[in-house]
Amino acid sequence: MTLLRVEKLSTRFGGLWANRDISFEVENGALLGLIGPNGAGKSTLFGSIAGALRPTSGRLFFDGRDVTGWAPHEATRAGVGRTFQLMRVFASMTVLENLTTAAYVRHRNSGVARRRAERVVEAIGLGPVADAPAAGLTAAWKKRLEMGRALATEPRLILLDEVLSGLTPTEANEAVEIVRRINADGVTIVMVEHVMEVIMPLCDRLVVLHYGQKIAEGEPADVMRDATVVEAYLGKAA
Amino acid sequence: MSQLTSDAATSEQQEPRHSVRRTSWPAWATPALVFGALIAYPFVMQDSAAHNIGILALTYAIAASGWNLLGGYTGQVSFGHALYFGTGAYVTALLVRAGWSPWLAIALSLPVAAALAVVTGYPVFRLRNHYYSIATIAVAEIAFLLVTNTSWLGRSNGLELPITEQSLANLQFSLQDKRPYYFVALALFALAAGGLALFLRGRSGSYVRAIRDDQFAAAAVGIPVHRYKLAAATVSGAVTALAGGFYVMYVLFIDPQSGLGLDLSVSFTLMAVLGGAGRFWGPLLGAWVLVIVQDVTRHEFSGTGRSIDLLIYGALITIVAVTEPGGILALVQRLVKRVRRTEATP
Amino acid sequence: MTDLAQAIVNGILIGAVFALVAVGLTLIYGVMDIVNFAHGEMLMLGMYSSFFAWSLFGLDPLVSLPMTGLAIALTGALMYYGVIARVLGKSPLAQIIATFGVQVFLRGLAQFLWTPDTRTVTGPWADDLRIRVAGVVIGGPQLIMAIGAVVTTGAVALFMNRTRTGGAIRAAGEDPSAASLMGINPQRMYALAWVIAGAATGVAGGLLMNGYSSSPTAGVTFVLMAFVVVALGGFGSIAGAAVAGLLVGVAQGVVGLYAPSYTLAAALALYLLVVLVRPQGLLGTR
Repeated sequence: MTLLRVEKLSTRFGGLWANRDISFEVENGALLGLIGPNGAGKSTLFGSIAGALRPTSGRLFFDGRDVTGWAPHEATRAGVGRTFQLMRVFASMTVLENLTTAAYVRHRNSGVARRRAERVVEAIGLGPVADAPAAGLTAAWKKRLEMGRALATEPRLILLDEVLSGLTPTEANEAVEIVRRINADGVTIVMVEHVMEVIMPLCDRLVVLHYGQKIAEGEPADVMRDATVVEAYLGKAA
Repeated sequence: MSQLTSDAATSEQQEPRHSVRRTSWPAWATPALVFGALIAYPFVMQDSAAHNIGILALTYAIAASGWNLLGGYTGQVSFGHALYFGTGAYVTALLVRAGWSPWLAIALSLPVAAALAVVTGYPVFRLRNHYYSIATIAVAEIAFLLVTNTSWLGRSNGLELPITEQSLANLQFSLQDKRPYYFVALALFALAAGGLALFLRGRSGSYVRAIRDDQFAAAAVGIPVHRYKLAAATVSGAVTALAGGFYVMYVLFIDPQSGLGLDLSVSFTLMAVLGGAGRFWGPLLGAWVLVIVQDVTRHEFSGTGRSIDLLIYGALITIVAVTEPGGILALVQRLVKRVRRTEATP
Repeated sequence: MTDLAQAIVNGILIGAVFALVAVGLTLIYGVMDIVNFAHGEMLMLGMYSSFFAWSLFGLDPLVSLPMTGLAIALTGALMYYGVIARVLGKSPLAQIIATFGVQVFLRGLAQFLWTPDTRTVTGPWADDLRIRVAGVVIGGPQLIMAIGAVVTTGAVALFMNRTRTGGAIRAAGEDPSAASLMGINPQRMYALAWVIAGAATGVAGGLLMNGYSSSPTAGVTFVLMAFVVVALGGFGSIAGAAVAGLLVGVAQGVVGLYAPSYTLAAALALYLLVVLVRPQGLLGTR
């Protein structure tokens, strides 16, 4: 069952096409990797899916419904969670309070929301920092908080924006485990990532962007052998 | 639905964490202390001048607390909050002059103020915060000019209220013994504080703080940002109007300068910021400090037409912003932490 | 018909001055993402320094322009090092309140030092000039103010867009860490931005003394115009401020012809319209 369908999505900033005619589908329960060189338009695409941007043209379908141009909070309510590349934590709150705030979208009662938040803390290992102010966390903890916060909104689809970059190998392994567990639990994941060694074994499908356009799609092994993909990353005459 | 967060979790389910409370300071202690002190004040201080200071301090504390909800907690800084104070005062004045009960008049001024707050905020709340701040300057300016040029609003001469029979129903008391006024002000402050506390706990409280911290991240976790900014603005405007309504019943006079002036807006902002923006008791503290400072400077510099008030206010605001944006309460908190830390180390 | 033409011409002339008044504000925002709520007071100080140059030393406002520009340029530097630099890393709330505090302080200072009375330069040289073109009268002060404004706005725009230092300032604004890797000191560039903004605002104040009076609240009156212009032109765009200034000036002039007491309301309406329809303004980037 197709959970997300992107149809000829294009977004233009001034004179630049950040996304051009991008189309692909994401099956329910999939773990899709979105890769491409810097500036390929990955974050812009995320922005359009999550409602932070309005695409210039094209359509977006979530769970069969046309949701093109929806607002961010509508997206979250419908079940799309996201993390931010430049971490945006709620600086005046503790980690637990950050998660509780996110849980409120599903549970109005503060006691219930807080319990949900505590379960997320357990699930992704935020225990050691649960009562720490979010502002003082290291980058690695912040990234994990971002994931947890998206998870606390009880999404059907999570957009992970470079949650592995800048982590030590141990931290990265832990993060990968968390991503795997979230996916095993039934949450569909689309992740933007640069760390190739991680993407290959983790994702069941890849979509490759270059200069705003989709240049390849398929299983990781096939995609990485694709000549256009190799060229995009390494330049001509590799 | 994700099993990770569902109730039917794995057998490794641990007990839900309870956050470790480092302090043994119970939640009811601060309000008890504060209100205890406020109730004791007019008995400890017997003279009428001290009572007057207390009444004004409580009145402005209500207004500044209203500002604080929108500015300190939601991050929408209003530079024209006197608009709501003035609305409370003028609407109450007009209705009382027409024969209405003061209580009803004040009550009616609240939704008027709330509506104004929505009108001011609606066009700009979708945008970045400074658009709102600019809009508040513009709207307050317009209101000031409007009132100054409208005859039935008294123009710059203002409106006077008739002296009626002293009673609680008429909200009119002796001027020799101002204590009834003081206790009414205190009751209204308790009412306002209660209302604000209700808004600030639970979901709406978390939501507005999230909006203040990062409104894009807030939207990403499902918060309808525009709607909550409007909600906060509505409550904020109504609370500040409550202060204005009481004020006009106390002073029996209102004019653009005392009800809508730029300097009044400044003082509300200062009170909240000085005491501690985004902290519950900040505005109360700031209001008391400021009213006392005002009283002192009035005595020291009176009659020269060269008020030093603004100079002091501006300097205070800037110094607070630059050194400790959390105001006096934040300073106190830092001090307490430092004392605790030195106590802990043997 | 000539009434309308006169209103439009006057509008264009004053619009040029609005543009210059707004330049400093939009420059700071473009470089540092900070709205200087004390901008109006810097203008007010410029007006006062021009006045005192005249009342104490007999210097015509046009002659004292360089001095006035310098005075407010220094004020800008003082503001940066004294206040802005210290709130750079802090919350938006702290930043907004910091410049707001300076605004209140400067207004209070002006009131304390110079009383609330208005101060006027009587008989500036510009008064002697008067041109008549196709039935439209162009007063000397208006013309001088407009010419001065256009020249200064152009100078600032040229500096920011065509010189190396200007480029360095813009680079520091866009990406401070990248800029410092290229050998640019972001803090120094920020201070320079404040100096330039101050200079432009000071000159604007000096020009305004040719036809207006100064008072402690003069800043409040003009800053609203400045905000409308900046919002309309687009926060951060000098070219936008130029265009928007002219538009606002003309709008004011035309409204003033038919409904003089509603010019302020017209400005507010324009602000709200822009904000609703096109928040980024005509040429804005943020």
